[in-house]
Amino acid sequence: MATKKGKSSAGSSNLSFWGWRRENGRVGVRNHVIILPLDDLSNAACEAVANNIKGTMALPHHYGRLQFGEDLELHFRTLIGAGSNPNVAAVVVIGIEDGWTDRVGKGIAKTGKPVVGFGIEGHGDIAIIAKASYKAKEFVQWASELKREECDISELWVSTKCGESDTTTGLGSCPTVGNMYDKLIPKGIYGVFGETSEITGAEHICVKRAATPAIGEKWMKTFKAYQDEVIEANKVDDLSESQPTKGNIAGGLSSIEEKALGNLEKIGRNCTFIDVLKPAEAPAKGAGLYYMDTSSAAAECVTLMAAGGYVVHTFPTGQGNIIGNPIVPVIKISANPKTLRTMPEHIDVDVTGILRREMTLDTAGDALIDMIVRTSNGRLTAAEALGHREFVMTKLYRSA
Amino acid sequence: MSKSNIPQFLVHSPEDNVGVVVVEDLKAGTKMLGVITENEGGGGGGGGDDIPIGHKVALKDLKEGDTVIKYGEDVGRMIGNAKEGEHVHVHNHKTKRW
Repeated sequence: MATKKGKSSAGSSNLSFWGWRRENGRVGVRNHVIILPLDDLSNAACEAVANNIKGTMALPHHYGRLQFGEDLELHFRTLIGAGSNPNVAAVVVIGIEDGWTDRVGKGIAKTGKPVVGFGIEGHGDIAIIAKASYKAKEFVQWASELKREECDISELWVSTKCGESDTTTGLGSCPTVGNMYDKLIPKGIYGVFGETSEITGAEHICVKRAATPAIGEKWMKTFKAYQDEVIEANKVDDLSESQPTKGNIAGGLSSIEEKALGNLEKIGRNCTFIDVLKPAEAPAKGAGLYYMDTSSAAAECVTLMAAGGYVVHTFPTGQGNIIGNPIVPVIKISANPKTLRTMPEHIDVDVTGILRREMTLDTAGDALIDMIVRTSNGRLTAAEALGHREFVMTKLYRSA
Repeated sequence: MSKSNIPQFLVHSPEDNVGVVVVEDLKAGTKMLGVITENEGGGGGGGGDDIPIGHKVALKDLKEGDTVIKYGEDVGRMIGNAKEGEHVHVHNHKTKRW
């Protein structure tokens, strides 16, 4: 594999990285062969296959039975999206029965990548584990010979979501991501932010960042639907300790408005968003910044953005959220010196200098771009090295 | 920047009535240097409380019912009082939402 050092200067007109170009033209920065369960019942078989065949990875999760309506659509969109992500070279799908297993397999096959599905009923775990293991071995050996190629930075899709935020995220790590987007969106990358509950108190600012009034209206409808249908319908108090979280409060945040204004620093000063995506929906309006309607819970949000096709995630944290994702490298950025002192193994980009006024946002943004390029070229993130593979399905309501 | 120029607190906007303590183990009575990040303006003050890193300090006397301003925006209301230099947190500050 080529190990040419990534050109790191954000001012450079020819920023590039080394990625795997997939059958549909998209570029990935990882080369995973995944063993994807359709449902909770099939986790055991998937984990057995991944244990048999080294270099493959199972993505266990908790759902997939008796879901219906929009919730079922989201389940399929998330699984098909995860399998279709360009960081994935090939997929083995295992489900309890053939029908829904085929639906996921066919959805992933539209990308042109190798995918095969197995239903357990009528065969049992042991026979299916054996059959699936032979296919997984074939896929992983094939994938291991695929080569990286040099790609322009514009082929990168970079998502963002922050977690265990505190006041240092609003001062340092979130505006660092914003600075990165201000530099890379004009170069033609795809970006995405979300966290619908966590815009509360900053919605008047967010709506103005829509590229057109019609997109702003679509965003406000999404925002209000969450407030009315989820929060107002289910709350028992003012969401103290949930939004903001206990960790947020320990870090100095004391209202959702304060947290939201810090959160929104991630979209920088100049970017406007060009569409509002449903959870796990792939963007379809060309390069630019998108909004995705997601939960503010870290693993749920990153899983949805990965299913939308994003290949690198930038994750500002204050108090030290440790989340990772099985298929997308999650780059942690922190400005909190206490977090860097107490749990440095979780942080990829140290921007504590911003609080000491020794580091400008411009320098911090360049450091993040450098880390995005290095990560894309193969550097393992802290979360990858520590084995964080949180794959969490978003559930909209109770199953039938 | 020399050590003595490292601020003890940062303020987002000149309109804000709270700042954020950005050093660990700030003790009551510490003479503080503050910087407004939006315009690099400076300020100072005495810390009236021990305030943990990341927590807010009142930049003026705040009374129950007052709106707390940060990022130049409304971030909730005071549910207790805080004198200039004192700690503003969940004991005296609350959302106006939900």
